[in-house]
Amino acid sequence: MNDLSETIQRISGVNPRKCMKCGKCTATCPAYDEMEYHPHQFVDMVQSGRIEALMASKGIYHCLSCFACVERCPRSVEPANIIEAVRLAVIRQQGANHLKPEQIPVLLDENLPQQAITSALRKNGK
Amino acid sequence: MQRIGVFVCWCGSNIAATVDVERVAQTLAMEPGVVFSTDYQYMCSQAGQELIQNAIREQRLTGVVICSCSPRMHEATFRKTVEKAGLNPYLLEIANIREQCSWIHKDREAATQKAIILGRAAIAKVQLNTPLTAGQSPVTKRALVIGGGIAGIQTALDIADAGFPVDIVEKKPTIGGKMTQLDKTFPTLDCAACILTPKMVDAAQNENIEILSYAQVEKVQGFVGSFTVTIRKKARYVDETKCTGCGLCTEKCPQKKVPNEFNLGLDTRRAIYIPFAQAVPKVATIDPDYCSMLKSGKCGVCSRVCTAGAINYQQQDTLLQREYGAIVVATGFNPISLEKFDEFAYSQSLDVVSSLEFERLMNAAGPTGGTLLRPSDGTHPHTLVFVQCVGSRCDGGEKGKPYCSKICCMYTAKHAMLCREKYPDTEVYVFYIDVRTPGKNFDEFYRRAVEEYGVHYIKGMVGKVTPQDGKLKVQASDLLGGQQLHIDADMVVLAAAIEPDESARSLATMLTASMDTNDFFTEAHPKLRPVESPTAGIFLSGACQGPKDIPETVAQAGAAAAKVIGLLSRSHLTCNPCVARSDEAMCNGCSACEKVCPYGAITYVDKDFRGPNRTTLRRRVAQVNPAVCQGCGACTVACPSGAMDLQGFSNAQILAEVDAICK
Repeated sequence: MNDLSETIQRISGVNPRKCMKCGKCTATCPAYDEMEYHPHQFVDMVQSGRIEALMASKGIYHCLSCFACVERCPRSVEPANIIEAVRLAVIRQQGANHLKPEQIPVLLDENLPQQAITSALRKNGK
Repeated sequence: MQRIGVFVCWCGSNIAATVDVERVAQTLAMEPGVVFSTDYQYMCSQAGQELIQNAIREQRLTGVVICSCSPRMHEATFRKTVEKAGLNPYLLEIANIREQCSWIHKDREAATQKAIILGRAAIAKVQLNTPLTAGQSPVTKRALVIGGGIAGIQTALDIADAGFPVDIVEKKPTIGGKMTQLDKTFPTLDCAACILTPKMVDAAQNENIEILSYAQVEKVQGFVGSFTVTIRKKARYVDETKCTGCGLCTEKCPQKKVPNEFNLGLDTRRAIYIPFAQAVPKVATIDPDYCSMLKSGKCGVCSRVCTAGAINYQQQDTLLQREYGAIVVATGFNPISLEKFDEFAYSQSLDVVSSLEFERLMNAAGPTGGTLLRPSDGTHPHTLVFVQCVGSRCDGGEKGKPYCSKICCMYTAKHAMLCREKYPDTEVYVFYIDVRTPGKNFDEFYRRAVEEYGVHYIKGMVGKVTPQDGKLKVQASDLLGGQQLHIDADMVVLAAAIEPDESARSLATMLTASMDTNDFFTEAHPKLRPVESPTAGIFLSGACQGPKDIPETVAQAGAAAAKVIGLLSRSHLTCNPCVARSDEAMCNGCSACEKVCPYGAITYVDKDFRGPNRTTLRRRVAQVNPAVCQGCGACTVACPSGAMDLQGFSNAQILAEVDAICK
């Protein structure tokens, strides 16, 4: 496992070894057609250390952060959290954070998962 | 004056490689009371045992300390050794210098020091050992089987065939269990009822078997060889001895809208019912939740039509108390509730069914007479999707069961195969994570489903099912094909995980039998004692111990019966003499011990004691029944006055050990 993979695991808190490769995440993903890699592949790529390919993928910005994969995963692996971490890793490599802290309070909605707001801001914050 | 012999075992290199056994023997020789100390390669060998016996005779030993493996391994061996040399077997102590010393340490010096200390503690204890004599307890030559499914029936038949009387307690109105609800059985596809019902009849006709149906175990007292069990026979409002099972009442009863549990609520039955045609005993039962007569006193139709005069609305529950030598648990399993898995739309569409419901829909005695029809509109389904591992192999907790339910791969292959055979116009998809088919002719069976019957096996899981315009929109992943599939299905069948019956937990408490975190009963040893509970006299049969198919269940049922027969064949059992004893002079009658005793071994008596000036004092004191006490020691800790002591493990002995270790 390379450093990048370790970083992704640390940021996301996901242990890819828990995955039993059932594919329920991919089965449930509403953005399937928009992505070249799919939720079960994110997990596999993190486990095998193929992070660069994942980071270069446009598909990670098509993830809706709907968390259906997190909700349905029988093994609590949380693939959406991996994608979130990969997006974060991309931003860190670029050395810029598109999130402006002063914008957060206006956008906050109690019914949204905080992580979804964060992801949305990252995707659209430029 | 004590004359103690110390014997240090090398256990080949198991101990000797890490512990300097020679130095241990030499050092322990200096301990007070020790007159003989030696080391030997294998103390448990014939030569080693003779060495011990010779020393006992020649040195006139009054106590023996063996520094060797765990007492669980060879305590019984060495007790026999010293007994043959004329020493009371309870004047032996074992210092565990293998599992608790040599195996867990690497440093030779530290391990040797520890072995010396452990030996010293054992010497300190043996100084205070007293000769103990094991008593005997009788064996009641009758067995109880709890649960009347295929496991319970097979166990009872095997015990009865050996000539011992056996009672089956079944909570439902009929024996037969889950197997009665199955259509065909894998891998041979013979009809479940055809192979089960003859066994049910055999059980009913066997003179050694008594079936207590519609009954539940309420209380268990006693111990191996002599259990006293209270059984509640629930009121069925029908006299079992008079009812002929003609079924007229079940046709005439005006209350028609009772969900039929035998068909899993897919159709209805009457308030008075016989679960199915081959029920044993074939006796009607009134459901008190729906009977108008029992609820409001208005009706009485069944009573009027019954020519045998068997209906009795005044019937009450009865309590039976019976004695048994052994108890077999055969409480079985249930499919889990599918409420938590609503992504499969189980609660939104009648056409999403569990596999057990599918069995009923395919069964000739089921709600559709064996024709596969969609429950929602009674039409013939063309596209069927089977989903495996629903609630199995999850992360535990909220997600579902962490274990593999074991039977689903095979019954799903069976369903898919039967479906394709009966209705060649159907398209059948099976979504699997792994196909697990270990078992004789099992994998061949699954391959037949794929190769001969053309069932589409797809590696992947269904993500969601959406009912839309009379169809079920199935969205799933095809991992090997690298695509997301969208199937318009007519029916979806969910292979629900199985879990132990809900009665198991309270039963385990009554039996003081242990369970795992999933409420399956645990076995005494997972490999070598698979059909015995760690609690003596309690045996396990069938799916109450873990998920099992029918061949395995029947094999285990026979194995449990063999163990029961072995126990019941004995004339008496030898008791453990290391039981609690109360010092009446110190007991203040506070009841602390009685409250903590898990076996009900402690009772209180009023006893006269001599007081000052020739007076008599009447005091309440504890008494221990040595036959019931298991020697757990809970009472000795609870006793505030120090009156309660465990023989062979007295407070004084344990403190002497602690003192020796801390010296």
